Amino acid sequence: MAFHRTLKVRENLCKSCTHCMKRCPTGAIRIDRGHAQVEEAKCIDCGQCMQACPHHAIAVEQNLFEELFYFEKRVAIIPAVFFAQFDDQYSESQICQALYDIGFTHVYPAELGIDITRLYCVKGADCKPIISNFCPSVVRLIQTRYPSLVPHIGLKTTPSHVTALFARLELEDKGVGIFYVTPCPGKIAEFHRLAEAGSAFNGVLNMDTVYNQVSTSLAKNKRKFAKEDGAMSFPVMTGSAATWALSNGELAGRKGRSLAIDEIHHVMEFLEFLEENEDESNIDFLELKACAEGCVGGILTARNRFLASERLRYWATSLPSELPEPLVQRIMKQKDAMMDKMTTPIHEVSAIALDDDIGVALYKMEKVRKITDALPGIDCGLCGSPTCSALAEDIAQGQASIRQCTVLRLKDPKEVNTLARIWGEKVTGEKGEGK
Amino acid sequence: MQARFSVDSGDFTKAGSASSAIKRMLKQLGVKPAVVKRVVVALFEAEVNVIAHSYGGFIQCDISPEKVNLLVQDTGPGIPDLDLAMTEGWSTATDAVREMGYGAGMGLPNMKKNADSLQISTAAGKHTEIRMSFSLKEGEDGVS
Repeated sequence: MAFHRTLKVRENLCKSCTHCMKRCPTGAIRIDRGHAQVEEAKCIDCGQCMQACPHHAIAVEQNLFEELFYFEKRVAIIPAVFFAQFDDQYSESQICQALYDIGFTHVYPAELGIDITRLYCVKGADCKPIISNFCPSVVRLIQTRYPSLVPHIGLKTTPSHVTALFARLELEDKGVGIFYVTPCPGKIAEFHRLAEAGSAFNGVLNMDTVYNQVSTSLAKNKRKFAKEDGAMSFPVMTGSAATWALSNGELAGRKGRSLAIDEIHHVMEFLEFLEENEDESNIDFLELKACAEGCVGGILTARNRFLASERLRYWATSLPSELPEPLVQRIMKQKDAMMDKMTTPIHEVSAIALDDDIGVALYKMEKVRKITDALPGIDCGLCGSPTCSALAEDIAQGQASIRQCTVLRLKDPKEVNTLARIWGEKVTGEKGEGK
Repeated sequence: MQARFSVDSGDFTKAGSASSAIKRMLKQLGVKPAVVKRVVVALFEAEVNVIAHSYGGFIQCDISPEKVNLLVQDTGPGIPDLDLAMTEGWSTATDAVREMGYGAGMGLPNMKKNADSLQISTAAGKHTEIRMSFSLKEGEDGVS
């Protein structure tokens, strides 16, 4: 299964400064030929690089907003986090009116999918501890780096996709364009992967883009949009579903022992531990989210994540604990058509082996070790690899040269050539030389 | 490919560091997750044994395309009755060790369960030497 990478380096803006390379949790970035390069197999679309880049050289692909108007029914699947992007001067109702004003004809909260999954009593994985599959970057991290933990990943189809499937059925599919408004690049990649198996989405719009459009509409129509129009003009969700995307959000009301971890480096630290102590862990359920504070920390969000988290929690207190009966009936009406799509399998995809052949991998590992010993070990990153051991690995893989090590070159240029020769590289001036 | 790790007596904070390092190596070599797991479980038990019961020792790991060989050797005091030590639930661990969550008497039995072969040579007053091996060949026990 091919991964779809959504993060793109804008080469004209990239200054090869190494910030992104140093931050990348999976070591997927190298600086080469004057700009950052992302290795597709290792990238998990967490967006840390975009956050770290001081030159705005990393962008997230998205559908053009105008594509919306190809469709007669223009459906927005909006995560609750979107409403939390605004401060208290705008009510949820006003934000919703602005969404209609910018061109949507239907709005569904993404988290309605959680209530739908509950109503259908969908059975997921039973390999404890169950790891939530809500965060696509975490799922991909486990697939590529912790393949032994794949059987623990929950199988329930993610809420936004459930909502999209429901909307498509309700609106009878004719002229329907369903767009997800995403807080992170991970979700975009997830939908591209879903597309192979039949996605309910027609496109993905970045939350910052929609935020700008909605903000413009709100500024123009502040007086026109009623602060409270009685009811929300879209199907409501329950309070516990609304906070699902926040850190600890999935734990509310859950039976058994559970644990929530946010921020990708923390998640990796824990997965490293879990991999070795799988059987001893007394945890029944694990919520792992790649962004700090959960989806309010997504790189495409606009507002301070702590304030956004607070607003979302506050809003949730005013939402019902159970869905209103007419909505429950609407949901149950689609149950038969939905049931076979309520789970999504997840496969192992290992991306860390040095080679497919263990004999060759052993040879390369030995080489990596010897090269690492020769390198200075200060992880300066000037060579274009994030650490000295990463450079050693790149050299062993034939993708880099020891001459890229600035420290060794400054210390003794001749010695570097000798080392290069030892590692089987061509000497300076010869054809086919590395860099 | 050989790697060697020293294990200090009584330092429980470092328990599992050698097994973690070997786990990372095996993953990089593309060894199947199920085999990696067995190696890690067996080696962790051996590592804790050295920390809890011995005067310290080392772990040596030899990897070939066919198998993983582990040698765990300590500097004493040896196991007086090996048959008894192989019994599930039997333990000589001190209360202090048990309070840390170790000493359940499953160490040697778990090694035996997870390794494809296990050899122990020991005697009271001598050092203990454990050799474990895990097959990496398709079709043999090593396949997930």
